[in-house]
Parts: sequence; C-alpha cells; structure tokens
Amino acid sequence: MNASLNHHIAGMAGEIALPRQNGELVFATPWEARAFGLAVALQEAGAYEWREFSAALAAEISKAEQAGSGSTYYERWLLGLENLLTARGVVTPAEINDHMAYHATHLDHDGHDH
Amino acid sequence: MSSDHVGNRAGSDAELVLRTQALESLLVEKGLITTDVIDAVVRTYEQDVGPLNGAKVVARAWVDAAYRQRLLTDGTAAVVELGFSGAQGADIVVLENTPSVHNVVVCTLCSCYPWPVLGLPPTWYKSYAYRSRVVREPRTVLGEFGLELPETIEVRVWDSNSDIRYMVLPERPAGTEHLSEQDLIPLVTRDAMIGTAVVHSQV
Repeated sequence: MNASLNHHIAGMAGEIALPRQNGELVFATPWEARAFGLAVALQEAGAYEWREFSAALAAEISKAEQAGSGSTYYERWLLGLENLLTARGVVTPAEINDHMAYHATHLDHDGHDH
Repeated sequence: MSSDHVGNRAGSDAELVLRTQALESLLVEKGLITTDVIDAVVRTYEQDVGPLNGAKVVARAWVDAAYRQRLLTDGTAAVVELGFSGAQGADIVVLENTPSVHNVVVCTLCSCYPWPVLGLPPTWYKSYAYRSRVVREPRTVLGEFGLELPETIEVRVWDSNSDIRYMVLPERPAGTEHLSEQDLIPLVTRDAMIGTAVVHSQV
C-alpha cells in the first residue's frame, strides 16, 4: 500500500523547508522518517490542518534558534508535533511519559508490528 | 502554542527514538492512526517519490525507442505505464532535448512541478529570481547553473501551470552506448530533467 502524495509537503519553504538532497527527503535516522510519517499521516487523518503543524514547527525552530540550540530539524519537528498535540488536548504530557517509560522497559526497538 | 511539552529538551538519539515510539503507540492506542498508514507514508516519501522516478522514465526512453515515442506523445500515460502516478489532474508533457534544441522548465506563477516523477521541487525552483529571470535571460541563468550552451543551440523555456507539468528528456550522453538501462538511471539528475543541466557520461 502506498500513500498518495500530500501537496502540503511540496509547499514547505523557507525556514520550515524539509532537509533534502537532490530533491529527495533525507532522513538521518529511522526515527526521523517515523516522526515525519506521523505528522503527515495525522494531518491526512484530519487530526489538524497542515498550517497548524507548520506553525508549531516554525515556533519550535525559532525557539531553538533563539536559545542557540544545536538541535536538528527533526528534533524540532518532533517537539513541534508534541506541542501541537498536547495544546489541542489530543494527548497529555503524562500519557507521553507513560508510553516512553513503557518502551524504555520493553526495549521495543521496532515500536510496531509488521 | 503550548510550551509544556514533556520533560527536558529532546537530547540523545536514544531518547528521540523513545519519544517517537511513545507518540506513535499512544496515537495508535487512541485510534487516531494505524502503523500501516504511517508505514505507507514513510515508504512513499522515502522510496517512491523523487527524481529517481523521472530517471527511470528517462533511462527507459533512451533504450526503448517505442517507449520514447509514447513518452513524447502522451507523457502522463507513459509515466503511469512505469507505475508512477499522474500529477494531480495535470498532464505531464515531456520535452525532448536534441543537438539543436535545449528545453528548460519554469513555473512563473508559483511552483507547478511534475512531482510524481521529480519529487519535491528544489528551493531555487520556487525562488522569484529563477521564476522571473529564466524567461528573460535563459542563457545567463543556465550559465549560473554551470551550463554554457553554444549559440547554435536554441533554448526553449516552458512555463508550467496547473494543467501542464513539463519534464525534460535530456540527451543520452556520448560514451554511454554500452550501458544498460539500470546503469543509465543513476546518471540522470533532477536538474537535467528540469533543464538546468545536461546528463554526463559519469556522475
């Protein structure tokens, strides 16, 4: 099964532009691709509008830059996504912490079934 | 924007892996998403979208004259023939470079782009400078890309729009006659299919 193309992705420009190489998206590690897929899939599922996610990402980028943080694009992407979902009450910080603790103890490197 | 996200700033890669897993499993548990859907999104953008699709189209056209003809006659159908999707209702029109004609593509209005075959448009493609200048002074702009074309070659600039997405079929470089279709694919760059570069016999 392939997802269809999401035109919002092509429109991301300026400071929120996705890291690319020769036009293709570049993921440094598997979790980056996962975080990317999560945000896109949630928008396609109607969890939020893409402009809301873009705003959350832009806010996280500007916060990191003001703080002189050396965090990567997808770290900011992930934090922006967490912020958006908690701000909307979709998930709570406590729930995220619970799930982190669960994965930490269960050494679930894959994170999902195939 | 809420700033009360969990814990401290994301730090180590191990923690980032955990955070991503946690968010995913939580959203799956809440029924907002399935892992299959995320898998499909990731696979699409990681493997299926990008200039590689266009490179496969070009390499096929170089080795298969009948395919080349179909590609130039009906680009959309020929692209679909290789398993790639169409461009959101727009037609894909393929422009053939020859020893006397060099084609280059722009979208002066916005950033229309044949992305089922070329992936995401490069930043410069969307820049006002490229969009405004390539029509007016194509040779100068191509020169800035490192592409110096002799005066004997006519430069044609094509303006994409919401109905038509252009893609350039570059010339097969000399010295690649012995290469197979598979070996030709990596030679074809994104810029060559936009027309701001030509294909060389070595990457």
